[in-house]
Amino acid sequence: MNHNWNFASVFAYWEVLAVGLWGTLVLFVICTGLGLSGGLIMGMLRYSKSRWVNYPARLYVEVFRNTPVLVQIIWFFFALPVLTGIEVTPFLAAILGITLNTIAFSAEVFRGGIQSIEREQWEAGKAIGMSYGQTMRRVILPQALKRMLPPLTSRGIEVFKMSTLASVVAYPETLQQAKLIASYEYNPIEAYTVVALIFFVVLLPMVQLTYVLERRFGKSDA
Amino acid sequence: MTNAVEIRELHKSFGDLEVLKGIDLDVAQGEAVVLLGSSGSGKSTLLRCINFMEEPTSGRVSLNGDLIGTEQGGRMRYRESDLCQLRTRIGMVFQHFNLFPHKTVLENVMEGQVIVLGRSKAEAKEKAMAQLARVGLEEKAPEYPARLSGGQKQRVAIARALAMDPEVMLFDEVTSALDPELVGEVLKTMRQLAEEGMTMVCVTHEIGFAYHVANKVCFLHQGQILEQGAPQVVLKTPETSRVREFLEGHSLFKLPE
Repeated sequence: MNHNWNFASVFAYWEVLAVGLWGTLVLFVICTGLGLSGGLIMGMLRYSKSRWVNYPARLYVEVFRNTPVLVQIIWFFFALPVLTGIEVTPFLAAILGITLNTIAFSAEVFRGGIQSIEREQWEAGKAIGMSYGQTMRRVILPQALKRMLPPLTSRGIEVFKMSTLASVVAYPETLQQAKLIASYEYNPIEAYTVVALIFFVVLLPMVQLTYVLERRFGKSDA
Repeated sequence: MTNAVEIRELHKSFGDLEVLKGIDLDVAQGEAVVLLGSSGSGKSTLLRCINFMEEPTSGRVSLNGDLIGTEQGGRMRYRESDLCQLRTRIGMVFQHFNLFPHKTVLENVMEGQVIVLGRSKAEAKEKAMAQLARVGLEEKAPEYPARLSGGQKQRVAIARALAMDPEVMLFDEVTSALDPELVGEVLKTMRQLAEEGMTMVCVTHEIGFAYHVANKVCFLHQGQILEQGAPQVVLKTPETSRVREFLEGHSLFKLPE
């Protein structure tokens, strides 16, 4: 039980870790951006009254919500190229897995948020001559977004952590780079401790920021 | 002179339930019409058919001489864009106000002007302030609706509808959700509008308002207009026992003269 901690053997490779953190940030930004905007569209399709729109959207959501992201990444990396002939890089496999999953998850948040706005608000928009789109954009979404902010920000944080799953296809994000260091220096305890610390240090201020946002958005409430 | 609103042979069904069974109604320009009737008589549905919040099953509705929709194979067809355009010409006020809670009072009154009518922000603001002054709430312009009383919210809702310069105003039980002591301020605003010559159609249970303000009262029963005419006639000497019962129910506990 007496381990000689040797963090210097990890920090000697700080450039390797910096590459990893950059890889993590890239995944986070792309997957959150695409995932949330795709989720908004998918959520509106889910909200549609037309079966032809609603059912396929529902199928999509259920498939991606009920399969593990890790399995999706592996599948996109190994199976998709064989089935389609398209070359899939580790980066693309990771983006696909995390983004498609985020779309499915946030679609449900958007749909629930839109549904939670009272019918009367639709009527108020309609009565002053607003179209469906105008009412959605100007009346329903601003109110729904306020209610959806907590689940959406927690999803953002989830995506940040989920990016480590990309290490399974050897995409150079933080965990993958720590694995490399550990295999050179035989210091897995230090290497993975540093990974945890990096995530904590980056995420803590981000989470604090979401609290501030949520308070600011709650201003006009009764 | 053309009528502001002309309704002919209007039917409306929800599934198997026929709520309106052939309504003919004329509302002259500048006239205030009150629709009376017990709940389920179809009066709110009739009101909502005028601005197509509900699409009639059959029949015709005209606004200042313009027939709404186009006839195709013996049926009326309505394009959503035409109906949006129509609704800009008709103001509607609801029982539960339906203000936009995420916007200030001023923004509530500007919204339709800017987004739907395409007015500039400056023009919309000027008109909004004028309408807020008209309902006596200029000083509430920067507040959020949550800070207002029910009566104030309803007056803002009236200002929001008026800011679109509507040709007709529809009022759907606008005092029913208010504390009794706040009913007066809203009725006063409506009376003032009627006196200024605004064409209005009101669904209300305020018999006194109908008597003193309306030019015409229509009593609906089971989806049809049972009696209509001047309030002094319909409310004082009703022809049918159904209207008599309704009025007696409403004045059961009157203060002694």
